[in-house]
Amino acid sequence: MTKNAKEEKQKLKMAIYWGAACGGCCVSVLDVHEKLFDVVAAADLVFWPIVLDVKYKDLEAMPDGHIDVVLYNGAIRNSENQHIAMLLRQKSKIMVAYGSCAHMGGIPGLANFSNKKELFDRVYNTTETTINPEKIQPKPFNKVSEGELFLPEFFDEVSPLNKVVCVDYYLPGCPPQTERLVEVFMAIVSGSELPSKKSVIGAFEKTQCDECERKKTDNKTIKEFKRPWEIYDDGETCFLEQGVICMGPATRGGCGVRCIVGNAPCRGCYGPPADILDPGAKMMSAIATMIDSNDEKEIEKIVSQIEDPAGTFYRFSLPSSIIKRKIM
Amino acid sequence: MSFKPKIISFLCNWCSYTGADLAGTSRMKYSSNIRIIRIMCSGRVEPTFVMKAFREGADGVLICGCHPGDCHYHEGNYKCLRRFKLLQKYLQQMGINKDRLRLEWISASEGKQFAQLADEMSAKISELGPCKVKKVMETS
Repeated sequence: MTKNAKEEKQKLKMAIYWGAACGGCCVSVLDVHEKLFDVVAAADLVFWPIVLDVKYKDLEAMPDGHIDVVLYNGAIRNSENQHIAMLLRQKSKIMVAYGSCAHMGGIPGLANFSNKKELFDRVYNTTETTINPEKIQPKPFNKVSEGELFLPEFFDEVSPLNKVVCVDYYLPGCPPQTERLVEVFMAIVSGSELPSKKSVIGAFEKTQCDECERKKTDNKTIKEFKRPWEIYDDGETCFLEQGVICMGPATRGGCGVRCIVGNAPCRGCYGPPADILDPGAKMMSAIATMIDSNDEKEIEKIVSQIEDPAGTFYRFSLPSSIIKRKIM
Repeated sequence: MSFKPKIISFLCNWCSYTGADLAGTSRMKYSSNIRIIRIMCSGRVEPTFVMKAFREGADGVLICGCHPGDCHYHEGNYKCLRRFKLLQKYLQQMGINKDRLRLEWISASEGKQFAQLADEMSAKISELGPCKVKKVMETS
């Protein structure tokens, strides 16, 4: 057997890890269903805590660059997330930020409206069901009779993956569309030319609106913002034209407009389209101009119907936006 | 040393910039904290501009456009007004005092009003103190 043929026969080594995540991304990988056999035929899963019995020391024992592809899902919330992200970077050739949390901070990123002190106060002291008269809170180091115990350190804010390591590709979504993952995976396996580094893969360049099949007119006007349950959705007209906030105009297509097809407005998990820095800012820019009034008082009234602009427009992207956290 | 605020102001080409120009050519004195950026229309001011200004160290942002009904592009200033109201709400949520962002209408003949506005804004921002956005973004 020639050397080349031997290399071809070698299976791809793949790892999947979760940081601050809900676990949905790992499940989305399992959603490949029977295609999982194709994946396993082409790749060895060497590290995947949700599925395999592996320990961090196994990962540490691997030589540098041992893993071909790692899908890192979840944001960076504590020192453990950060440590494993750095370790995986060292051990892997291609690092993919998989899912909204790793891409932009995601839902855990909404914790940036608060800080460690506030969160700990709430969780360990003031919740209605907490009884903690000694005000015990987790600390990184604890001396017990058996020795010293270590807990990962909780950071003051949530960061996307690219804040701590160099990311090769971003596969957005909450969770990413499984079909897109299969496409990307097959592209890596078949050895076809990969896109340029740092690019978003498994998604389109253009927005959701380009993909969406609901009826749209050029002149969108909104007199009153409504919550989805306040309208009789005809299933055909653009959500924005019905007064419901839909993140479509500032969100990258590629998910197959899943939410809109299911008669729910887009929430923006795929992140901004190419060349857009800050999806929330673009969305505010777009939605404000749709307000159908020139009267200051009336504009104020209409704007007041958007209960939570920062949380709505940055639902998945707060830690990677221009002003990435609340100033406290 | 006393605090000298940095105020980024976006002035529309047709009214407000000409108004500021008039203040200059009339040799009116006004606060030098105002740093003017000329734009074609106040409707061109995207929320991104304002956020970037704060992120890069502005203590206040002033947007000036033509008076309602006078916009060179018919309704650019109304679009600006709508964005402004939404942005103020957003800034408050992010822990930034809403008075750090101000929108005013200045016509081409209102040099005096512009000079007054610049002094007023400068005094207000001095009172509020330095904006912490840049520092927080750099240290976090």
